[in-house]
Amino acid sequence: MRIAVLSGKGGTGKTLVSVNLAAVAAAAYIDCDVEEPNGYLFFKPTEVAAEEVAVKIPVVDQGLCDGCRKCVDFCRFNALAYTDPKLMVFEAVCHPCGGCMLVCPLGAVTEKDKPIGMVERGVSDGVRVMTGIMNPGEASGIPIIRRLLADVPAGLTFIDCPPGSACIVMESVRDSDYCLLVAEPTIFGAHNLALVHELVQLFGKPHGAVLNKCLPGDNPSEKYCQDNGIEVLARIDYDQELGRLNSEARVAVRESAGYRAMFTSLLEAVREEVRHETAIDPQR
Amino acid sequence: MLIAVPADDKSIESKVCVSFGRAPYFLIYDTDSESGDYVVNSATASQGGAGIKAAQTVVDSKAAVLLTPRCGENAAEVISTAGIKMFKTSPDSIWDNIKAYKEGRLSPLEDIHPGFHGQGGR
Repeated sequence: MRIAVLSGKGGTGKTLVSVNLAAVAAAAYIDCDVEEPNGYLFFKPTEVAAEEVAVKIPVVDQGLCDGCRKCVDFCRFNALAYTDPKLMVFEAVCHPCGGCMLVCPLGAVTEKDKPIGMVERGVSDGVRVMTGIMNPGEASGIPIIRRLLADVPAGLTFIDCPPGSACIVMESVRDSDYCLLVAEPTIFGAHNLALVHELVQLFGKPHGAVLNKCLPGDNPSEKYCQDNGIEVLARIDYDQELGRLNSEARVAVRESAGYRAMFTSLLEAVREEVRHETAIDPQR
Repeated sequence: MLIAVPADDKSIESKVCVSFGRAPYFLIYDTDSESGDYVVNSATASQGGAGIKAAQTVVDSKAAVLLTPRCGENAAEVISTAGIKMFKTSPDSIWDNIKAYKEGRLSPLEDIHPGFHGQGGR
């Protein structure tokens, strides 16, 4: 069972929620926030095995190219240009699709590996920890996320998604069974909650919310949940002690019985929701 | 000799377009016949790589010189590989800039920017 944890902005508590749920459940944890992964800072995994992730980019044999420019016309990202007598490739603009190789009638375009990042797999006290890391300057982390999610271990898995609702988030939630939306108690927080709510609806994913940093008084995100029929699975109070543990990169449920109880009850609520959703839609 | 200039409108009295990659047209001006053609820049609607595609259009026009207010690094690489010389325009009309170039009053374009890459720039 794959649970994706997402939010419309950074800093709402995706990593707090997914790290602590994975720790309390001794489940698997996958950090798909490949531009700035931070879950490993909490888990400090050992027995780490690293695997390079590369994409295929075009290489030109200038001797074979006769300047027909079928590849230049084909490339919708404009990664190729022809200036007699040279075909130029702009690697940073290429969205490795392989189309230029297919359309070249002379076999002048072949492909080579270009490393764009790493996947690291390790363990931390019963939790399998998988981290995607994109190299600085790369344009897209999607191939790294695909590699991470290509062999997800059986059993309960928490996917720590990148913030926002762009392609990189869609790739992270696509194969999930349930989505947990983490939101802050502000108008801005509610607006960002609406963005990811729209996204999970587009994908037809069952979902629930975790309201983080709750304070006395109005909670615009809670109101959004009420108005839109989103089940609130947990309210985490604004709490200096939790903030301190988090800022020291410690796993809260491993530090105190109180936080263990809090995340155990959230875990049970998530499991109950997923059971309920599976009963409604056995296709899932 | 042919001179390429990014143009907002099909008029030599109009201003030089502030964008190279996403200029609607390129004026290809022939100094021998003292007349010009406007080529549509098909890169304007590109999701990305507009500068590269626009540079390809300029290269294909056989221009020897490009007059432009600015140019991104990818486009500049295509332009310079093709041996086309770039000169920096003033905010005057296209015609004023062509005259200034012919009189040797434009300086070579040297401040190549790293590109806007989908971030706009107008």
